[in-house]
Amino acid sequence: SSNEHKLNFKKSKEACLSYIQDALLQKQWKRAAEFLTCYVESLEKDYSREHVGPSEMIWRIGTEILWHHSQSSMKEFNCFMEQMKTLGVKRYLKVCLEHVFHLLCNGQTDEAYQNLSLAESWRFGEQTAIQDKEMKLIQAYRGLLDYYSWSKQKNILLEHGEDGFSDLALEQEMHGYFRKAAVNLKEIIKIPGVWDIFVKCYVDLLEFYGDHNEARQVLNEYAYNSKFPANPNAHVYLYQFLKRQGESKKSLISALKILHDIVPSHELMIDFNTMLQKSKKRKKRRLGLEVIFAALDYAGWKENAKAWSCLARQMKQIVISEKHLDWIKQEWNSRKDWWPAFHFSRYLAKRNWQENKSLSYEKALVAGILLGKGCKYFKYVSRQGCKAHLKKFRMLKKFVNRHNPVYLRISG
Amino acid sequence: RDFNERCAQCSEVNWGLTDGGRFYCRSCHNVTERTREVVNTDFMTNSRVQTLSKGLRKQEKNDGGSEWYICEGFQLVLKKQVEALEALGVCPQMKDEILCNFWRCYLQKSKQAYCKRPAGEPVKALSVCESSTDVDSDPERPSLLHLLSLSESEGDLQTDCSFASSVSKVSESTSVYSGSVDGSLYFMKNQKEKLSMTMPMTLSFCYMALLWVREPITLSELLRFVVEGHIPYLNVFQHFPEKMKLCGLDLKIFCVESWPVYEEVFNKMHELAAFLDLPRFPDITESCFLHPDMLCMKYLMEANLPDELHNWTCRVVKKIGIGEVDFLTLMPGNKSTRKVKYDVLAVAVIVVVLKLLFLLDDHYEWLLSELAEERNKNNTEVCIFYSGAPYFEFKKWYEVVKHSLDVEQKKLDEERAKYLWRCEKPLFYSAKNKSKVLKRRQMVVNLQNQFGKLSGSGQRAEKPNPSSFQLSWSEENTDRSCFHGHSLKGILQEKCGLLRAMNPDYWLCTVKLCNEKLCGHLAHYREVEFPQTYHFVLGLFSFLLRVQPSYIHDEVCMIEHKLFNKKLSKKLKYNTVLRK
Repeated sequence: SSNEHKLNFKKSKEACLSYIQDALLQKQWKRAAEFLTCYVESLEKDYSREHVGPSEMIWRIGTEILWHHSQSSMKEFNCFMEQMKTLGVKRYLKVCLEHVFHLLCNGQTDEAYQNLSLAESWRFGEQTAIQDKEMKLIQAYRGLLDYYSWSKQKNILLEHGEDGFSDLALEQEMHGYFRKAAVNLKEIIKIPGVWDIFVKCYVDLLEFYGDHNEARQVLNEYAYNSKFPANPNAHVYLYQFLKRQGESKKSLISALKILHDIVPSHELMIDFNTMLQKSKKRKKRRLGLEVIFAALDYAGWKENAKAWSCLARQMKQIVISEKHLDWIKQEWNSRKDWWPAFHFSRYLAKRNWQENKSLSYEKALVAGILLGKGCKYFKYVSRQGCKAHLKKFRMLKKFVNRHNPVYLRISG
Repeated sequence: RDFNERCAQCSEVNWGLTDGGRFYCRSCHNVTERTREVVNTDFMTNSRVQTLSKGLRKQEKNDGGSEWYICEGFQLVLKKQVEALEALGVCPQMKDEILCNFWRCYLQKSKQAYCKRPAGEPVKALSVCESSTDVDSDPERPSLLHLLSLSESEGDLQTDCSFASSVSKVSESTSVYSGSVDGSLYFMKNQKEKLSMTMPMTLSFCYMALLWVREPITLSELLRFVVEGHIPYLNVFQHFPEKMKLCGLDLKIFCVESWPVYEEVFNKMHELAAFLDLPRFPDITESCFLHPDMLCMKYLMEANLPDELHNWTCRVVKKIGIGEVDFLTLMPGNKSTRKVKYDVLAVAVIVVVLKLLFLLDDHYEWLLSELAEERNKNNTEVCIFYSGAPYFEFKKWYEVVKHSLDVEQKKLDEERAKYLWRCEKPLFYSAKNKSKVLKRRQMVVNLQNQFGKLSGSGQRAEKPNPSSFQLSWSEENTDRSCFHGHSLKGILQEKCGLLRAMNPDYWLCTVKLCNEKLCGHLAHYREVEFPQTYHFVLGLFSFLLRVQPSYIHDEVCMIEHKLFNKKLSKKLKYNTVLRK
């Protein structure tokens, strides 16, 4: 209709919002504030049909502006947050929680704790039940702050202990914090979710007080319960715990196996490979090779000397024993098209040699086996190494030359 | 007193009247549902008029408010608007003689005053905000929600209603309320017959009066002054006296939240003129500001085009007869004549002239421009000084104007995003949500203060002074950005003593005009189908007039068809490019 282009309240405010958005993206806080000033009168209209109403917009935008604007103070920020809390009862706890986050970012732990306690005591008819999740979060964060208090006390006590002092009152206080923290942390991690920090702190508490069974159960739940979202960290925590407990290699390996499946580029893959290489079982050693190759597929590992040394060691061992060359062949099959350019270019040879000689050594070994003595990476590095009269490199050259036929079998 | 039925309870015929106007049986005190028809014999012509103009009220209410009718509200609005126009320099007769009479005539025709029997039944509709507690379950009385949904709303106020309803939990059986006496009547049926008053219509009244007096203000200028705040429109109701309480349906009538568009005000004005049975308006002659020759001059200047083009616009105007008195003067009720949009017409003539001289097909105009550029280069400074003006270069003009236009458009867009629609006077639908409304208002003010401080210096600038020209070009400018004095000699040639365009071609915007009555337009403009330059030119005038490009395009089509009438009546099968 001809009235579509008519400028009305709604269109005007939509345009206003897009100016605010642009200003925010370009970090022009003054300009964003200018347009927000014009936008706030939207509060006087009802937008109950819209997905995100003006009160939520104003809360979020205002928070950003006040947090970043140079002339804004914490006092103003807090004042604004208090106003936002009154704006929408359905959002009350969420606003409280975000306010607490900002306070924590600003280092105001005491104020954060106060706000959390206040929020915990909030009741509002059926809203209390509806906002149950937020309430649990609030309690969890309070539990977290209790944990930090406990941790502080613990450290003080440990220091005193070294000096030969003991303080019963402090101890009692510490135990008090423990109880408060434990109760809340335990509750939140029952709900499926990503609770890394809560889990870590809770397990720390449990371990300190010797309740290893509970700790193990918590970690197992967190890692293996299918209701929880897939979370690599869960497996990392479990692994670290098992290691601390001195568990068998078998259980350590099974913990890391899943991590390899989810995040093949994880930094623990080195530990994993090291364990697997040493295993007596053939399958495990095979897996180890797979794991280290997979890790080196990722750009972040290109210059990781340790990883290359793991690979080099395992490959060297295979080549010398002349058993399981097909393993290498299998792994190399899917990589021979792109690894040469990715890892073994002449440019990289020069750079690696300049920056990290041991890295270049390990890589040259791998390159020499996989691509033969004619490969440019190996040639450059070994020549440089020999020129520099480094014994290691002379040995490397001899080794690769001797085992060149292997390359032919692999590449065939 | 002619109620002769027997009482249902005691079968007596002994009736009295309650304060609420209902019959009750004096014997057994049984109250019926029947109300007495209020035959307002005392609402004769004169007394009613006196009531309106002297402000006598019938009864004072508890909240300090008193009875008021919607038309009184509009009368106040019009008063404010015409006072603002006076402040802008319009002649004082407009207020005291013209508009006043128009308004009286309107009231009379719509039977709201100055007649024997006022329309509607005010008593039934009377139910103020405060008395919303007495839930009248009369099924005939339409509910608030029902009435609100009936009217042709502007969408945004609908949301206010749901806000009101969600806040005050209006049930279906709640009685209708408005601060005014007859607010609800405005939403009932028979609107079309009565031509009930709306806010956009106040501007139609103003425009009608301006046209009668032949003031040098076009409709597009009027609307621009409204948006710029020189003429009260948005939130005029905040100037209503304290006694006139606005709530409920009144809000829907007076609190508009959109700017009216040209088309709307224009069409309504004509409807109004016909409704009022007005005679032929005063003649628009060649010396009038609204005559296309005059308006073309104005717009040529504003568009930074050479003055020489004026000869051409005059020629076109003469050729197609749109400069005739009978064509230009408004004859209300005459359905056969096309209603003249003076500003759009003038601008469309300019567009046609540009097409005649420059073709505007994204090729020829740039070609001509290059030629002009060559010539200008060859002429030294001295030559130009002696021979007069430089050759008009289309490309330079385009660059200069586009730059300014972009700057102004950007400013306008930001202004639009920054409009403040609300005012200090709070609006409530009912007494129930009053406290919530006030709280919200307070919060809005707080937030405005808080973020206003963070906006940095250069706060809301002063309202710019009303000006007839939005773009101005100065001859004194050293970078030669003014083209008024430039010459068209490069693109013209003399033949038989007459100046003709060198451009032999012309392309029609459309070969066949649509039937305006069927689809509302003469043509349908889609940007992709036309040359970029044409789109630019339309865009320039669209910005100046604040109308959609398609609106101007329609006029262009109309003019072209008049101009090439003879050639079109011969069958044109394949080419839309004509040889002149």
